[in-house]
Amino acid sequence: MHELAVCQGLMTQVEQLALENGANSVEKIFLSVGALSGVEPPLLERAFEIARMGTVAETAELDIETGPIIVECSECGASTEARVNRLLCGSCQNWRVKLKAGDELLLLRLEFCRSPLAGDDLISGKKSRSELAREM
Amino acid sequence: MCDTCGCTISSANAHLIEAGGKLQHTHDGQVSVEVLSSLLHENDHQAHHNREHFDRHGVLAINLMSSPGSGKTSLLEATIDALGDEIRIAVVEGDLETENDARRIRAKGVPAIQITTGQACHLDAHMVHEALHALDLDEIDLLFIENVGNLVCPASFDLGHHANVTLLSVTEGDDKPAKYPVMFRASDLVLLTKSDFLDFIDDFDPGKAERHVRELANPAEVLTLSARRPGTLNHWLAWLQHQLEKNEKERRHP
Repeated sequence: MHELAVCQGLMTQVEQLALENGANSVEKIFLSVGALSGVEPPLLERAFEIARMGTVAETAELDIETGPIIVECSECGASTEARVNRLLCGSCQNWRVKLKAGDELLLLRLEFCRSPLAGDDLISGKKSRSELAREM
Repeated sequence: MCDTCGCTISSANAHLIEAGGKLQHTHDGQVSVEVLSSLLHENDHQAHHNREHFDRHGVLAINLMSSPGSGKTSLLEATIDALGDEIRIAVVEGDLETENDARRIRAKGVPAIQITTGQACHLDAHMVHEALHALDLDEIDLLFIENVGNLVCPASFDLGHHANVTLLSVTEGDDKPAKYPVMFRASDLVLLTKSDFLDFIDDFDPGKAERHVRELANPAEVLTLSARRPGTLNHWLAWLQHQLEKNEKERRHP
């Protein structure tokens, strides 16, 4: 149920990044959403359909990466894959483990079409993002 | 999670930043920018601000979470009865509708601010910040934030609090931690409430509930208590006292 709130936060970041980078339209948004993040990818996708309306990412695709849950055992040191409600060491069954991956809730990367004037200067390092944002 | 120190980088996503510069062309001529920031960046930023606010005024903030009806407000009433004379307590109440819970707390002589969230299923850092404007933090030692009754959504939102306390009433079933792992993994203390009902039900095993918490790799203490039996609250009250002392010590010697 909270996926819409999460998605609205995402859109605020995307719009800001688009402005800073001189993007005309955002084409693809790459996320990493772990099984222990508390966010369900299918619900996030549905919320995205609503949240993107009227934004620079109106036609963007959402690409959600869901990696495995990995725990590292504090006793035997093994790194093993675990289930969402059974975060035990796969080698010695100890519960004293450290979560190495599985709770990510990250905006990884954006792909966008840039304004013909802005992009090359930015990529070649001739102008900073803030300089370009001021010019736009 | 944060965006500055690299703690968001895990073995699952490290390859993405090792790949190259921040800004690149993709094969089909578009521009790509690496970001690697939390989706809850805005909330986390506000939560950080709230926490600074609490620390500056020497307030310990506890986020109380549970399903609806597991006894959060009753526990607060009993806690105020036990500690209200020695510790200055205040409460922020989150509910979809009504001022009922805030009224119950105020009846104990303690300031309470009610946040009605409408259809929102959780409190967020911005709502809590709004509520803080109505409280004089210099007059408070211990602030309870009673979150919206919900075992799913509140777990994702940092409010700026110092500890998460999750209640599980014995009438709900001892496998709740296995069913709602995100919530119970985030708990710093788990309270098995309404223990007076244990005399009448035979299918809740406190040991099993604790085992489910351990299976989430969570070392949090699991205490069994009833707000109706003040004698069962001692361990909980001692935990609170300990957190207050710890917080004060960290504030003086960060």
